[in-house]
Amino acid sequence: MLRLIVQRLLLLIPLLLGLSVLLFGWVRALPGGPVQAMLGERYTPEAAAEIEAQLGLDQPLIVQYGKYLLRLLQGDFGVSLQSGRPVLEEFFTRFPATIELTVVALVFAIGIGIPLGYVAARRAGSVVDHSAVVVSLIGVTVPVFFLAFILKYLFAVELGWFPTTGRQSATMIATHPTNFYVLDGLLTAEWDAAWDALVHLILPGIALGSIPLAIVARMTRAAVSEVQNADYVRTARAKGIKASRLRGQHILKNAMLPVVTTIGLQVGLLLSGAVLTETVFAFSGIGSFLADSVFNADYPVMQGFVLMIAVVYALVNLLVDVSYGLIDPRLRRQQ
Amino acid sequence: MRRRATRLAGGVTLVTALAVALSGCVASERDPEGSSSGGGDGTFVFAGSAEPSSLDPAFASDGETFRVARQIFEGLVGVEPGTADPAPLLAESWDISEDGLTYTFHLKEGVTFHDDTPFDAEAVCANFDRWHDWTGLAAHENLSYYYKAVFGGTGDNSLYDSCEASDEATAVVTLNTPIPELIPALSLPSFSMQSPAAVEEFGADEVEGTADAPQLTEYGREHPTGTGPYTFQEWKSGESVTLAANENYWGEIGDVKKIIFTVISDGTARRQALEAGDIDGYDLVAPADVAALEEAGYTILNRDAFNILYLGMNQAQKPLDDIRVRQAIAHAIDKDALVQAALPEGTTAATQFIPEIVSGYSDDVTTYEYDPEKAKDLLKEAGQENLELEFNYPTEVSRPYMPDPAAIYEAVSADLEEVGITVTATPEPWSPTYIDTIQGGENHGLHLLGWTGDYNDTYNFIGTFFGAKSLEWGFDDQEVFDAIKDARNAPLEEQEAAYMHANEVVMDALPGVPLASPVPSLVVAPGVEGYPISPVQDEVYNVISLGGGE
Repeated sequence: MLRLIVQRLLLLIPLLLGLSVLLFGWVRALPGGPVQAMLGERYTPEAAAEIEAQLGLDQPLIVQYGKYLLRLLQGDFGVSLQSGRPVLEEFFTRFPATIELTVVALVFAIGIGIPLGYVAARRAGSVVDHSAVVVSLIGVTVPVFFLAFILKYLFAVELGWFPTTGRQSATMIATHPTNFYVLDGLLTAEWDAAWDALVHLILPGIALGSIPLAIVARMTRAAVSEVQNADYVRTARAKGIKASRLRGQHILKNAMLPVVTTIGLQVGLLLSGAVLTETVFAFSGIGSFLADSVFNADYPVMQGFVLMIAVVYALVNLLVDVSYGLIDPRLRRQQ
Repeated sequence: MRRRATRLAGGVTLVTALAVALSGCVASERDPEGSSSGGGDGTFVFAGSAEPSSLDPAFASDGETFRVARQIFEGLVGVEPGTADPAPLLAESWDISEDGLTYTFHLKEGVTFHDDTPFDAEAVCANFDRWHDWTGLAAHENLSYYYKAVFGGTGDNSLYDSCEASDEATAVVTLNTPIPELIPALSLPSFSMQSPAAVEEFGADEVEGTADAPQLTEYGREHPTGTGPYTFQEWKSGESVTLAANENYWGEIGDVKKIIFTVISDGTARRQALEAGDIDGYDLVAPADVAALEEAGYTILNRDAFNILYLGMNQAQKPLDDIRVRQAIAHAIDKDALVQAALPEGTTAATQFIPEIVSGYSDDVTTYEYDPEKAKDLLKEAGQENLELEFNYPTEVSRPYMPDPAAIYEAVSADLEEVGITVTATPEPWSPTYIDTIQGGENHGLHLLGWTGDYNDTYNFIGTFFGAKSLEWGFDDQEVFDAIKDARNAPLEEQEAAYMHANEVVMDALPGVPLASPVPSLVVAPGVEGYPISPVQDEVYNVISLGGGE
């Protein structure tokens, strides 16, 4: 197991190196530049030329890349053009928001997806089954921003049950030691702040969780359908095993393997930042910031955030692989 | 079933116990009575479309920074409420020497900065010297844009010479070369008076990072210190900036005791946040939302237009160098229909390249009324009956003077087609290349662009456009350049007449067609009264009353 982990971590190095080359080339191939984006009408070609000379953009690309890599190795991801703050600092201030959103989306997706998929498979051909198919089709096909917009309009604007935007009410005074706002509220015993932050997560969480919900439900349905017809299930049933034990130990547990893989992949995707959902709800996670950085030609953020997201994605996948061993004893024995 | 229920109960108990155990791990920093929930406690929540770039306005040129800075800081020169005209603020009056080189500012007395240091002539000189002495990154275009634009540069390149505190309440600023628009320019938030002690203590000028990505200083993030009616409280990156009323303010302390500026970049999301009661107002109302919001009881406020939208014509492209062709194009456009179709209510069609409230606006410029027949005749006369023109317009952008560029393009190009001109559409994303295409090269024919004024100065408009030969316009007409230069350098009392003349010269030469000055709108919730709308956005919230409550 340890060997697997070390191996995978070592593999990250060439991966990140390759990615940094691609990113470096990509942002430099983009037309225009940050000066144009920042100055708008006030932009002049003379100013741009002056800045290019100062930045050393006239040096050979390989020299520029070397310098960039050297800084990167020292943990210097540069400074955001939009905010004037170090890229890493921006990432770590916003990442907790994205994690919180991911957790809520996953709770929603798993909490509904697995039972729905399970019931659909157990009662194949029933009304529940058909509705599960419809729900998952809708979940996959409806664009997230559209769903987000509809949810917001209905439950925030018309009914007023939830807030429309942000991570916490603007007027809420709260202490933020960790930047996980719900956790912060619990840690500092500011219960109203924790509740307020939680309420802000509900609508974006549902919108974001809709696609994983659909995928998890379908995957569960497929896996359960397969497992429930397996020989050992029939044998167990013939032995007269208790129905609850049959469901829990024999069917669900065995059906969970592919579902866990699917969920793992979804976690990686969700943590990469929900650009659309975060933008619609003005939720300041890494997704909305990354989207802004593209509009503002904020090179350091584009490069730094994508690299960090790649690291997160790789680590999450590694965790998923490790967790197989935990749920599947067969794999543990092989190693 | 029993067992599961017990297990569940156990789990809930465990989580609760954990939460209780955790709580109090970290001390709450809020004061006990501080748990406000908005509403009747004097809190005003306003949504902007982006974060401020810095809280140090000397290093900023964007509207979101200025919006916040106007609450915290004040300059020597302010703005007459509701206009764009300069007015006394921290300087009660000033004298300008005959040669335009010496400015003597008579300062308001008894004013202190938020850090309790006195505002006096020494502080004024410290600010002027600070700007002049910037070097390295601080002197970079991206940061010190307005200082360099007004004073010509920093250090030895600056038109500023020195500043002397002749007594506590008199500061004498000396220039190398006259800057005719200095007084109106000083009303920009970039020239706010900042506490020299705080600037020093929190390293306001120690800018690190790289030229295209300068790092915010500690001062610019956490310690902006001015003399204004609000003091800085907190900046939650990506979310909000909170200010509190300055109890020692020399002027009026109003109803609004706390201001929270939130960031909602999406226009629809801003509107929904207002409708849900999450915010009390927002800027940049989409023209399409105005009627619905008004009907729902919200107050729409229209600022006087301080911008200009124009159709540019590049004379480096033939046959646009032929005045008859340009006149034909001007006569072909139905500006009133354009305003009706694509611009916010209250917008007026433009006759010249400045909005009406800027001094130097002339009623005697040559106008080119809508007359398609005349346009056809002019084209025939010029031998251009089968004229084909490229027409550049930006996409994915909404500027104050151009809420929907594609709609404007459609209206204008339809008028041009009507008189027989074949138009080739060349749309291009605003960010990041449109401006470079228009101003950095010759490869464009007709184009849409505009300008929002910085301060009340005609040169800021027509000087920017036509002060010298440029790739945007592609003409070399000394008469136009001279008329503008002469007006800029004219003695103060003759300046307005000289600018009127310059506007007339420009409109005879007809380098482009000024289209309109669209009014920018903002909206506030019912109960918010006295919002001080200003064409140059000099809007300070201590005069707002939150009377009427809900």
